Amino acid sequence: MTNIIQTLTLAGVLALSISACSDNANPTPETHAFSVRIINMTNSQPLSPPVAMLHNDSFKFWAVGESASLALEQMAEGGDGSALLALQSTNPQYQAAGAVPPGQEVEFSIETTDVSQLYLSIAGMLVNTNDAFSGLNSIELADMVAGQTRIYNTHAYDAGTEFNSELSGTLPGPADGGEGFNAARDDVTSVVTLHSGVVSADDNFANSTLTGADKFDNPTLRIIVTAL
Amino acid sequence: MNKTLIVLAISAASIASASAQDLTISFTNLTHGSHFTPLIFSAHTSDQHIFEINTEASEGLQAMAEGGNTALIASDLAALNADVVSSPAPGGLTAPGQTTTFDMTTQSLNTHLSMSAMILPSNDGFVGLDALEIPTAVGTYSYYLNAYDAGTEANDEVLAGMAGGAPGVAGFPADPLGMAGANATGVTTEETNTNIHIHRGVIGDTNPEGGISDIDSRIHRWLNPVARLVIEVK
Repeated sequence: MTNIIQTLTLAGVLALSISACSDNANPTPETHAFSVRIINMTNSQPLSPPVAMLHNDSFKFWAVGESASLALEQMAEGGDGSALLALQSTNPQYQAAGAVPPGQEVEFSIETTDVSQLYLSIAGMLVNTNDAFSGLNSIELADMVAGQTRIYNTHAYDAGTEFNSELSGTLPGPADGGEGFNAARDDVTSVVTLHSGVVSADDNFANSTLTGADKFDNPTLRIIVTAL
Repeated sequence: MNKTLIVLAISAASIASASAQDLTISFTNLTHGSHFTPLIFSAHTSDQHIFEINTEASEGLQAMAEGGNTALIASDLAALNADVVSSPAPGGLTAPGQTTTFDMTTQSLNTHLSMSAMILPSNDGFVGLDALEIPTAVGTYSYYLNAYDAGTEANDEVLAGMAGGAPGVAGFPADPLGMAGANATGVTTEETNTNIHIHRGVIGDTNPEGGISDIDSRIHRWLNPVARLVIEVK
């Protein structure tokens, strides 16, 4: 019985403070801000300028088992994430000024006042490949409290839009300087999956433009998100 | 008196949550060029296993890993009063990127979940989960699964047709993707680690008419993880 009375009293205080707040004419919406570090953990795969966006729970950059969007294909084959950002052009977003070399990182902050937009996606291409990329796909941030940090080790994905030929002229990165995006789709599996890695000339694929140095394994990126 | 009642109420709730459970399971093949043979899922007691790392494969696991045949595993599990879901994927195979979702009800003492399926093409590679304690709190839980080698057959990577799926017969039975080569001389005739271990991956080559392997190194390799498992506890 005593507990019930205490609870009622607390509720009464709460009601009072709420009514006090309602006297504010234009309350300022709360800002949800996050600091994000993207660390390239590969041996020699530069990460194309990564793009990031805050969005709602119904948006995704990609889905395993589904065909890549044209925007995802452009990022995964050519390293240009602009079209992914243009899919939700009014959302909070970020595009790095340049590629993130192996062993290096980029840091940025991103924020929103819209509590329905507390989902984070990030994408960048592993540029010495045909269509490999990595990133985060719609990670929910709504339950993070200020000062809290989360660490994600990401997988390498295959966009399923270009055959992993590794041939000269097909890889946009410095290992080749070949073609990036090409609208033709000629992969054996035409949906997004995880990537099976590159073979390379050092691994008995004589025609490959890549060397053993270009090989990678999971995880590929470390992404550290801190709520500010 | 009140505290006693609360304790009794809590223990009644724990017993209830440790008893029969209704689960929805989603299983995704994350590989880019490998199919999985018909899946077998089982909920069983905490001391039971379909397989264990660094131990010798059972006859049932060997038949599954070399040819995709889950009949022996299923009969072994039935004898243990386990809950079993066999081949929930439509058409039997799970293609690259494909997700299969199904419901599973577990009996009270079957608190742990295992699964397995052969990886095609491979000699005795399989995707597996060994005795995961099933969460009891309502929620959605995600796991990544790795590729194992049953240790029962040399990884020669030679396409042998359906005969190659029989336990003890060399070679792999098929590539459902239709991209396997022919006339390979074979990568190896030895299986140096005859216990279950993490698969070292397939070697492959790029010669469809010969070479050492009938597996295509550009298409059929994989990196871990090879599958994603999502368990929804209701």
